Amino acid sequence: MKEYHYTGPVEHKFSPYAFNGGTVLAVAGEDFALVASDTRLSEGYSIHSRDSPKCYKLTDTTVIGCSGFHGDCLTLTKIIEARLKMYKHSNNKNMTSGAIAAMLSTILYGRRFFPYYVYNIIGGLDEEGRGAVYSFDPVGSYQRDTYKAGGSASAMLQPLLDNQIGFKNMENVEQVPLSLEKAVQLVKDVFISAAERDVYTGDALKICIITKEGVREEIVPLRKD
Amino acid sequence: LLHNLPQGFSFENTRRNAVLEANLSEKGYSAPNARKTGTTIAGLIFKDGVILGADTRATDDMVVADKNCMKIHYISLSETFFTLPGVAADADVTTQMMSSNVELHSLSTGRPPLVAMVTRQLKQMLFRYQGHIGSSLIVGGVDVNGPQLYSIYPHGSYDKLPFLTMGSGAASAISVFEDRYKPNMELEEAKQLVRDAITAGIFCDLGSGSNVDLCVITDKTVDYLRGYDQPVQKGMRGGTYRYKPGTTAVLTKTVTPLPLDVVDESVQVMDTE
Repeated sequence: MKEYHYTGPVEHKFSPYAFNGGTVLAVAGEDFALVASDTRLSEGYSIHSRDSPKCYKLTDTTVIGCSGFHGDCLTLTKIIEARLKMYKHSNNKNMTSGAIAAMLSTILYGRRFFPYYVYNIIGGLDEEGRGAVYSFDPVGSYQRDTYKAGGSASAMLQPLLDNQIGFKNMENVEQVPLSLEKAVQLVKDVFISAAERDVYTGDALKICIITKEGVREEIVPLRKD
Repeated sequence: LLHNLPQGFSFENTRRNAVLEANLSEKGYSAPNARKTGTTIAGLIFKDGVILGADTRATDDMVVADKNCMKIHYISLSETFFTLPGVAADADVTTQMMSSNVELHSLSTGRPPLVAMVTRQLKQMLFRYQGHIGSSLIVGGVDVNGPQLYSIYPHGSYDKLPFLTMGSGAASAISVFEDRYKPNMELEEAKQLVRDAITAGIFCDLGSGSNVDLCVITDKTVDYLRGYDQPVQKGMRGGTYRYKPGTTAVLTKTVTPLPLDVVDESVQVMDTE
């Protein structure tokens, strides 16, 4: 009979993944897009860095936010940047946001049986100059959204965005399209609230604002505890 | 019906858990660990007595459940004992139980209670439960033998030391103590040191945060300094998020008038000083 109360030496299997925390958010407007992330890098109960942003600029019209396992975030962004250069050299033009999104999906699915532990959100301008957001799961399933939150505080942020940007569960409200200033203020407020309750979110917030003029950055301090 | 309710701890799942763990480990997985709830608590002995300090964050699986909870509890107000619950919900009940036991014991002996007595009762209870009660505590107080500081672990072991830290932020806090602790410090210097140790836990440990609570115990006085320091400020929100009346959809509305008669009327003036 098999003994089930095991008290001898235990072999611990090596885990190739770690969870480094962090929250990412992207919003698409009429003629702009925002990609925001906090800058805290943590592991377990410790903080590795208070200044490790999770937004990476890919082109003048596209920024990607990656959260999850930092090692895979770094490798994935290196691979995307290399593929961007290859495309530019073969086709003599920059990749559009939609093309980058489609390519990322194939890169992620290529590792279907040992996935990149990364939650990606791409924000940028489409070919008509309108804001575009593409959200992904770790194995490459993606769709175009108006707004999306990913990472550790995503469950806290997404319902608030559904209410404030999507006007869900509200009656008698004038559904004005979001202006850039209002969107930036909303993103700051929403991260302030997330930092109150999610231990992995804090330190600082970096917002990348994408317009036809290019990519602008804004940094706002958050709670450090 | 009442006598059918199960009492005490339920060990129903221990067999199932042991089988599950064995099955998991043979496939190469491990069962999830019980999580240590975050906290930084610290205590030290200074010239005139004992200072206890704690952060005020209570976490529930890496989400903040309470941003300003009290971790320093009274055991005996008249004889200046305090205990700091460390890392479990068992803390409240444990301290309440100790508070009554201390009173009964000192009535029975006819003497003021001793810190060592509280420690011994706590450790005997915790040992009896073989670690199933997950409280780690720091007990500090001043009695006829002078100021004393004890730490007690869930399985029932204890340490008597001049300075102590516990919780997930213990490593951050103890490093501050090891750097700057001296015996027989003055009150202000000692308060600053405990505050700095807890602040180290607040910033460097994800399980600790918000404010610093201190408690200064001398043979004559007890000073409970709730919110002694607030090293972190909440961010100011810029937008307004008020909803106008009529925003929430009303699906059905039922009005039931209740006919009431005034039977008696009395006025009590509130003391608003």
